[in-house]
Amino acid sequence: MSTDSIAWPSTTAESRSLVDHLHEWIVTVDHKRLGMLYILYALVFLVIAGIEATIIRIQLIRPHNDFVSPQVFNRLFTMHGTTMIFFVTMPILFGFANYLIPLMIGARDMAFPRLNAFSFWMTAFGGLLLYFSLVGANGLYGAGNAPDIGWFAYAPLTSQTFSLGHSTDFWTLALLVSGFGSIGTAINIVATIVCMRCPGMTLAKMPLFAWLNLVMGGLVILAVSPLTAAQIMLLVDRYLGGHFFDTQAGGSAVIWMHFFWIFGHPEVYVLVLPAFAFASEIIPVFSRKPIFGYSVMVGATVAIGFISMSVWAHHMFTVGMGSAANTFFVISTMAIAVPTGIKIFNWLATMWGGKIEFRTPMLFCIAFLFQFLVAGLTGVMLSAAPFNWQLGSSYFVVAHFHYVIVGGILFTLFGAFYYWFPKMSGKMYSETLGKLHFWLFLIGFHLTFDFMHIPGLLGMPRRIYTYEPGRGWDTWNVIVTIGVFFQAAGILVFLGNLLWSYYRGKAAGSDPWDAWTLEWSTNSPPPAYNFYTIPTVQSRRPLWDLKHPDDPDWKYE
Amino acid sequence: MMNTTLMTLPPPEIEWKLPARGRVAMYALIAAEAAIFTIFVVAYLFYIDKSLSGPMPREVLSPPFFYSVCLLSSSLTIHLACKSLRGGTVRRFGAWWLLTITLGVLFLFGTASEWHRLIYEDGLTISTNLFGTTYYSLVGLHGFHVVVGLVCLSTVMAFTLFGAVKQEHAERLDVLSLYWHFVDAVWIVVFIVVYVIGR
Repeated sequence: MSTDSIAWPSTTAESRSLVDHLHEWIVTVDHKRLGMLYILYALVFLVIAGIEATIIRIQLIRPHNDFVSPQVFNRLFTMHGTTMIFFVTMPILFGFANYLIPLMIGARDMAFPRLNAFSFWMTAFGGLLLYFSLVGANGLYGAGNAPDIGWFAYAPLTSQTFSLGHSTDFWTLALLVSGFGSIGTAINIVATIVCMRCPGMTLAKMPLFAWLNLVMGGLVILAVSPLTAAQIMLLVDRYLGGHFFDTQAGGSAVIWMHFFWIFGHPEVYVLVLPAFAFASEIIPVFSRKPIFGYSVMVGATVAIGFISMSVWAHHMFTVGMGSAANTFFVISTMAIAVPTGIKIFNWLATMWGGKIEFRTPMLFCIAFLFQFLVAGLTGVMLSAAPFNWQLGSSYFVVAHFHYVIVGGILFTLFGAFYYWFPKMSGKMYSETLGKLHFWLFLIGFHLTFDFMHIPGLLGMPRRIYTYEPGRGWDTWNVIVTIGVFFQAAGILVFLGNLLWSYYRGKAAGSDPWDAWTLEWSTNSPPPAYNFYTIPTVQSRRPLWDLKHPDDPDWKYE
Repeated sequence: MMNTTLMTLPPPEIEWKLPARGRVAMYALIAAEAAIFTIFVVAYLFYIDKSLSGPMPREVLSPPFFYSVCLLSSSLTIHLACKSLRGGTVRRFGAWWLLTITLGVLFLFGTASEWHRLIYEDGLTISTNLFGTTYYSLVGLHGFHVVVGLVCLSTVMAFTLFGAVKQEHAERLDVLSLYWHFVDAVWIVVFIVVYVIGR
């Protein structure tokens, strides 16, 4: 290329066309832009999967309802679950990890910027592939379009016999493709944290955010790969006439369950560790105290990572695995409550005696503490095999895992949105709208998921299309559905707040929270190169050291 | 404003050296690949003697000793190649590298002829029985990794022939050789599972 063909793009906004602007975003390898793309992409799918959940709840508001057909109902709960896990929560958490990790460890980008872009587009196309099934999967015999096999797709439902047409193929290919993206991102996150830290930032001086994401990356590498392997086997079965999960030829349906849950349970920790990461950054800043028990937090995180690899079959107690296997998985599952409990106590001890500021991010984190505790307690209940035999595949289980994912993960995610919005956009969000969002969502969440436990205890199975009146489930289902509309209103306020604040919010400045980690030392939004000079740190709270040169942290660490 | 004030901190005199990112990423990739292979190996072991119809492994499989030795010795040749490059002797590097590729291709030829015999003489395909499904999947997955490795090695070979590979690239090729060593190590597992335990 000759040098005179290099023309610097003009910096004035009006001279660039929309096409140029879009082109810039599509070819970007900047970790901040890719992080934003991940987040925006996930928000679109959050709305889609949220609408699916709303339709499911409208269908269940009263007995013998026929708001949608049974076939559509099956597709809705499959798409809701698959979308929320693979195309909302994972990308949104990867987005935050992408955006924040280089800034927090004082690096200019991720270790592999192009791998980063590749991973994002793999994930993005995976999601599009899943939803393309709506138009592309109309296969043979009116077999329907979207996948309807449930999000864990048990054999033999996925065999050619029971899944005619191509809906299941779209499901498995979408997960395979996005799985490659997830593994790529995880490798990138691990390599970035291990190899790109700024001078002085030893492992023991990393922000907890980086530690938790490091363990999350390791878990993705070890947990998503088995899912990839299982999807390859499913494709062999469906396309090449293999017999992995074909019981007619001596294959086993149970081994699919094992393979799926070897992925599926660590996946819960893949999702919740970043949520812990948000809480571990937000709670100290709004309590005006450093995190309590940093090294114990790190140890608990690593312990969770290890134990989470050995608990998968607690999803399978009702299969009948024999008492030895049951006992092992009961004990390992209960054991994981210990490091998780340690974390909750550490967050409480961080708040204890602090000057707590009840800003929106902090409100979400406080709600998270209570709700995640309850989710953990119902988890311990379900980990007892005899209890599980009674309540497996009931609405109690549905309530339990929504308590984890919504009450735990989504709440801290909202906290993270409000906490880092000023950094990402340079604008301050509206505190009033933020609090309105918090209260609407809190009320909606508790109406829906507190009361969802009860029909479960009364025997209501998950995934039923409708039910008979007079079983004691009717009132509870009405309350549960009413809660959904509060949550939907909360989400609308949230999206409105993001948009309004982006265009009309007042400038936030580089450090609106008087925080301590490196991302607050650069401009809001940060320049493409992040840091003018690569910073050097001496403690876990480099900005504290800078603001209080008379009393720096490194004297005590 | 704030961003410049941070930089006014006098940088303390510290040794700061972190692991090379390429190497760490390759180890992470190998961990992911190992997890994938683990699942296929578990499936293979679980389905031993579960086929409802023949042919059975005892009747049709014989251990490919020669081709296995080819693949395993390619680990040694790639090691010698990288060592030569570190020492700066690019010609010797090229020779060892070419030998590595040749051994890899020989191994693939061995797999291909074994599959040809199984399909056309013994009538075993991926859909014949559980043995066929697990055998072709596991050996095929490994073979796929050999192919990917050979594509990478051949690319480097092409660069070498055009004189673009120099001593300074030794670190990168070390990282690539890690992948090749992994592919060889997986073959030891596959060999034991398929040709020793499976028979």
